[in-house]
Amino acid sequence: MGFTRRAAVAVVGVAALLTASACGGSDDGGSGSSKVEVFTWWADGGEKAGLDGLVNQFKTDCSGQEFVNGAVAGGAGSNAKQVLASRLQQGDPPDTFQAHAGAELLDYIDAGQVEDISSDYDSWGLKQAFPQGLIDNLTVDGKIYSVPANIHRANVVWTNKKVLADAGVTADPATLDDFFAALDKVKAKGIASPLAIGKDWTQLMLFESVLITDLGPQKFTGLWNGGTDWNDPTVTKAIGDFKKLLTYTNSDRDALDWTDAEKMVMDGKAGFQLMGDWEAADLDAKGFSDYGWFTFPGNNDTFQWLADSFVLPKGANNPDGTKCWLKTVGSADGQKAFNTKKGSIPARTDADPADYPKYQQSAMADWKSATQVPSCAHGSACSQGWQGAANSALGAYSTNQDDAALQKALAAAAQQFASK
Amino acid sequence: MRRMRHWGPGLLLLSPSLILLAVFVYGLIAWTMKVSVSDEHTARGSEGFVGLQNYIDLFTNDINGRFTHSLKNLLIFTVVFLGGAMLLGLLWAFILERGVRGEGFFRTIYLFPMAVSFVASGVVWRWLMNPGKDANAGGINAVFTGLHLDFLQNTWWTNADWGMAAMAMPAVWQLSGYVMALFLAGFRGIPKELREAAAVDGASTYRLYRNVIFPQLTPVALSALIIIGHMSMKMFDLIMSVSGAQWLTEVPAVYVWQALLTSDYSKAAAISVILLLLVAVVIVPYLIYTNRAEKNR
Repeated sequence: MGFTRRAAVAVVGVAALLTASACGGSDDGGSGSSKVEVFTWWADGGEKAGLDGLVNQFKTDCSGQEFVNGAVAGGAGSNAKQVLASRLQQGDPPDTFQAHAGAELLDYIDAGQVEDISSDYDSWGLKQAFPQGLIDNLTVDGKIYSVPANIHRANVVWTNKKVLADAGVTADPATLDDFFAALDKVKAKGIASPLAIGKDWTQLMLFESVLITDLGPQKFTGLWNGGTDWNDPTVTKAIGDFKKLLTYTNSDRDALDWTDAEKMVMDGKAGFQLMGDWEAADLDAKGFSDYGWFTFPGNNDTFQWLADSFVLPKGANNPDGTKCWLKTVGSADGQKAFNTKKGSIPARTDADPADYPKYQQSAMADWKSATQVPSCAHGSACSQGWQGAANSALGAYSTNQDDAALQKALAAAAQQFASK
Repeated sequence: MRRMRHWGPGLLLLSPSLILLAVFVYGLIAWTMKVSVSDEHTARGSEGFVGLQNYIDLFTNDINGRFTHSLKNLLIFTVVFLGGAMLLGLLWAFILERGVRGEGFFRTIYLFPMAVSFVASGVVWRWLMNPGKDANAGGINAVFTGLHLDFLQNTWWTNADWGMAAMAMPAVWQLSGYVMALFLAGFRGIPKELREAAAVDGASTYRLYRNVIFPQLTPVALSALIIIGHMSMKMFDLIMSVSGAQWLTEVPAVYVWQALLTSDYSKAAAISVILLLLVAVVIVPYLIYTNRAEKNR
């Protein structure tokens, strides 16, 4: 009797547990043929507003298709990338997903997880609408895999006009020597760290700008596609210039994020900061209007770009819907709807500058005429692994200032990641 | 059959947790080990078996010696964290045990930081340990300048050599109270008769603690060391909220996360296995010791 009762309890308990665990297993995506699941990490702020604008345009252009928001919030995309990686491995891709255009896509391309959309570029007229430099940067072995939704510029120096005027810096420095002279002038006014900077990736951005100045755009691009050797003496010179620039920066740099460095400029504790052009929208949002900007000295008309883009994953449930989404993203109306809200500029060269704020107008003019080069700190020049290694190398350099070790580490990173 | 009846139902009741443990703990450990010996360094998936190459690369071929640097950081962090928490915990427990008015009050005060999550306290300590100095001083440095003790200003965790010692301060602050509670329980667990016997024998207070009380605290001290020791080795959240992931303060757990973010699954798995072994080296002898102690009882 005792045995049967105990056994019954045990069986019931086990059965209950097994049922409970079985319930969690089934999760049908439920994507019908007319639904387009768009996977992004744009969940709030200007990015969400931009996405909403794009969705409205999509509803107009692609009637019959239904937008499904697959946004995963948090961690500047790191959460979303984890979810995406596991979905791709399970063969359950969203209908389209957001990724930085350029080298960051290489992992997906090499894994055969995204489709070639070169022929659509022709039929949608995107090859004429985008500048040739961007098309070159996007092309992998003669094929194009993504449609950029926007363009940001990385190599811009932001200034506090009042600090510069007090120090007697009247003209934008055009060369590195001019820049050092300007930094000295500001320093002479009692500002200990005239160039504000933050932790590793912001230092990588500054270093990349110095590389563009010392190597020129062609050799710089070569660093990322194997055309230029990282052990080249010009890289050694760039490291020297970068080291000198660091002497003008705040010593607590590793404790700061880019917004903390931005605050130093706003508070007049620094005169300059190198940062991508999302800083314009951020400064506007924070109500600081007394700012100026210029391209990093010596970069001339080089436009270091980064972009968010969308792709057509292999095995998407609704490829026709995805293509309609991609067409909307690349269209003049779609780019306008997205970029006027997000604070970036359109990748197309035929947009009307009158629709955009002041900074964006100047960036759009540059975009048409400039030489495009990619950015490693933002994934258009190098894969994610390479980016991590470069950030780590710059972080180490920030504390040990060992020129040879930095060059060696960057060369090793290129050797490890460029071939893949 | 009879024996089956005896332990069958018990085993059946245990089976869900046994199965779950087998799959989700030991199964996944085995899976991690498998990934760590395969060539899976991108999102593309595995490209075959490479033996121990991933482990060898971590020690000999990691760019900038990144992994050994993270081990060095972990060592400094662990030594300062364990030393600080054990000393403070023992000291507080000793004072309370000697009889202090309002003992319950102090006990609560000391134990309270443990209730705060590392993330929350990390954010506060990030501000307290602001490395800005003089005009830019914030947090503790600002207190020092306010008191005209400018020479005490510190770069805290941004110091290249000893920054990890500063990083251990919040951890010491949080867990000293817990160690104190453990020691206090240890003190209370010592029978009164022993103290009385020592007093009758004419032992001085020093002799009493040195030869009677402290030897009996050894098991407690060992438990405390194991508990906070394995926390220290897996430390992630505190460091992420104080400094974020960066070279300067990178420890193996943070490195695992960084490697995962860049889809380097094999490297992440190899570091995880090394971390597991490090913890095992500490914990397994302890488990064997306690098992023996229980059998002898």
